Amino acid sequence: MSVRLPRLPTSRTLIGFLSQPPRCPGNQAGGRGGQAARPSATQPQVSSLASLISGTMSVRTLPLLFLNLGGEMLYILDQRLRAQNIPGNKARKDEWTEVDRKRGPVGFHQENYFIRPGSKKNTAEVLGTLLLYFTTFLKQFLAQLLRHGGISVLNDIISTMFNQKFMEELFKPQELYSKKALRTVYDRLAHASIMRLNQASMDKLYDLMTMAFKHQVLLCPRPKDVLLVTFNHLDAIKGFIQDSPTILHQVEETFRQLTETYGGLSAGEFQMIRQTLLTFFQDLHIRVSIFLKDKVQNSNGRFVLPVSGPVPWGTEVPGLIRMFNNKGKEVKKVQFKHGGNYVMAPKEGSFELYGDRVLKLGTNMYSMNRTVETHMSRASKNSTSPSQESIAPNPLAKEELNFLARLMGGMEIKKPSGPEPGFRLNLFTTDEEEEQAALTRPEELSYEVINIQATQDQQRNEELARIMGELEVTDQPRQSASKGEDLLAMMDEL
Amino acid sequence: MVAADSPGPPDTKVRMFRRERSIPLRSSAAALCNNLSVLQVPSRNLTHFGVVHGPSAQLLSAAPEGVPLAQRQLQAKEGVGVSPPLITQVHWCVLPFRVLLVLTSHRGIQMYESDGSVMVYWHALDSGDASPVQAMFARGIASSGHFICVGTWSGRVLVFDIPAKGPNIVLSEELAGHQTPITDIAAEPAQGQDCMADMVTADDSGLLCVWRSGPEFKLLTQIPGFGVPCPSVQLWHGTVAAGYGDGQVRLYEASTGTLHVQISAHARAICALDLAPEVGKLLSAAEDTFVHIWKLTRSPESGYTEVEHCHGECVPDTQVCGARFCDPSGSCFAVTGYDLAEIVRFSSV
Repeated sequence: MSVRLPRLPTSRTLIGFLSQPPRCPGNQAGGRGGQAARPSATQPQVSSLASLISGTMSVRTLPLLFLNLGGEMLYILDQRLRAQNIPGNKARKDEWTEVDRKRGPVGFHQENYFIRPGSKKNTAEVLGTLLLYFTTFLKQFLAQLLRHGGISVLNDIISTMFNQKFMEELFKPQELYSKKALRTVYDRLAHASIMRLNQASMDKLYDLMTMAFKHQVLLCPRPKDVLLVTFNHLDAIKGFIQDSPTILHQVEETFRQLTETYGGLSAGEFQMIRQTLLTFFQDLHIRVSIFLKDKVQNSNGRFVLPVSGPVPWGTEVPGLIRMFNNKGKEVKKVQFKHGGNYVMAPKEGSFELYGDRVLKLGTNMYSMNRTVETHMSRASKNSTSPSQESIAPNPLAKEELNFLARLMGGMEIKKPSGPEPGFRLNLFTTDEEEEQAALTRPEELSYEVINIQATQDQQRNEELARIMGELEVTDQPRQSASKGEDLLAMMDEL
Repeated sequence: MVAADSPGPPDTKVRMFRRERSIPLRSSAAALCNNLSVLQVPSRNLTHFGVVHGPSAQLLSAAPEGVPLAQRQLQAKEGVGVSPPLITQVHWCVLPFRVLLVLTSHRGIQMYESDGSVMVYWHALDSGDASPVQAMFARGIASSGHFICVGTWSGRVLVFDIPAKGPNIVLSEELAGHQTPITDIAAEPAQGQDCMADMVTADDSGLLCVWRSGPEFKLLTQIPGFGVPCPSVQLWHGTVAAGYGDGQVRLYEASTGTLHVQISAHARAICALDLAPEVGKLLSAAEDTFVHIWKLTRSPESGYTEVEHCHGECVPDTQVCGARFCDPSGSCFAVTGYDLAEIVRFSSV
């Protein structure tokens, strides 16, 4: 039988929990809670696996990636909540306590999520747990939906996302995971656990998040403006939680960290950050209906690059040649036809806590009531499609993933035997579409790299099992039988 | 010679270039500056292209019609069991007596025989003085005489002495002059005594250093930047052409650093410059999807370098990341774009 979704464990001493060494929650993890997990003893032998990270062009990229993808995720969830007429901001004091907020996501230990230069930590482990953090958002979100009879609050996700300790760790310089690894592991995790029955929605969420941020990075006028994109996300997130001063403070603290970390960087460093992000999104050409309708994306999945409008702040409108003599005096001025139709930038966006960002990239494009579709076909049909290489399993990645699979092997994945109470969030307009999408999603996007076996392998990593164990819940969800109860049931199944 | 001031756009020019058949790539080009290297092999009527994908680089040879004939993938060198690091640049260095292909990455510098078949030299980057915040890498490749110069993340330029044959390559000198990562290096054969400057290096802050090569390289002059990176430089007859992150192209007298021409050339960061030395044509390519071709001339009366706009070409919806002339006379050029798995070619009509 499936494990129930956790009630957030308020019985424990939670303050300072994050900074403590991992320990075993014996009261929840059932049979496997017996022995205390000692990280040193259970650390897997990983020397041969070394690093999964692709060489890094900028070590300051992960916070931007995380915050912007997270911001896009919140936009989408907010839009779907509104589309399904679920009030997103009902004030609520019970159950989710301030302590919970400080604590962050269930079972989350930030020490496990990062790689430092010189760290001996296994990358697959780090990667897997970091991605768990993402999925944990969703899980908690849906747990809240259930507990409150379908009423949820974005507050809780946002509070989790901007957890202070987590943010501090995030902002320490570290390398960016390779796209292939991030995506593949993410999908593997999603497939193996919470999104097992609803892969289409999970895929769609990830596709929308990544394509939206890719678009924003690609169209950034100056590399530095990726910071304004991030501020647009934070501004919108602050709009979601305007009634919650505590969370608002968390977000503003993150804003302060962003300013501190990125405020002093040179244009060259921002250029490298942008190149790193673009490398991360390279070869991703999923078509998104909102982009196609707005004519910002072509039918081949490539984004439209406008050749008109304002030039970046600090750039002159192209079309003028000036010549100088030896004394620096301008002696000749000749115009030429550039081919674009540009105007001067009206003003620079504000990098302050409050202010007009000017740039619209990164604002909530779902704020109007529109439905958004992704088209699951790979756009490029020609023989030079990059998918050939991208999809072919990298033997190293496979090795890493198999290792991750072993780590995760302790997780039981079972289908619920009967109708389960719960709540379902559908990222498609209708259930039929969702089913259709699941059926029509091309094989190449199904990531048939490895299978994560739900075995009771004795050699599984106990540390991860413990983390997974903490994701389990003890209380029974309220019996609010609504249609499509499977997603939460899936959420339970970790 | 440049026409007199013309208030409007130049008169209707005949279309000078037309788009040729593209050359398919096995994988798309990465968002790096100068992400295309071209080597002419006139004797066999072949053109070699080198493009960086990310952790790999692709070399291919193509006949004039654009049919790829031979392909090769190169990886950055790494230890066993580890995913390869990202490559930053590939570039063919034409030395007086041999041609080497140089590949730079986040781990080091690899030098191959020109077809990429044999690696003749490997130089690992020293992480000794790298702070944890900095990612180390090599970037910026040029040859000057029998030297190959490669830039690094720290701003130092490594000078390798290349023997006429064989793998006995020696790191002969390290040039200090830059404080920020090197972006690009350009060199030209020494033109005689009146043209002492034969190499220029550029960095992330926009600073240019002009050098005279030799058994000991000598820093001749420094041209300050404007806080905007200078991703690409070229050197032609003692004139430095520099393309900047704000879309500007500037031409300087190499020996003195005097600014002669400033072009508001592009609406986005410039990612590549190239020169057709025989005809003094300069190519500039930028993230605004445009490639422009300029004619450089030495004004007979003043002796200054002057510029005329010859041609502008838009590669729609392509964030250009590399562009090169394909012959010394500048009659054709090739373009790569971020995320684009083909080499787009243009040739004069």
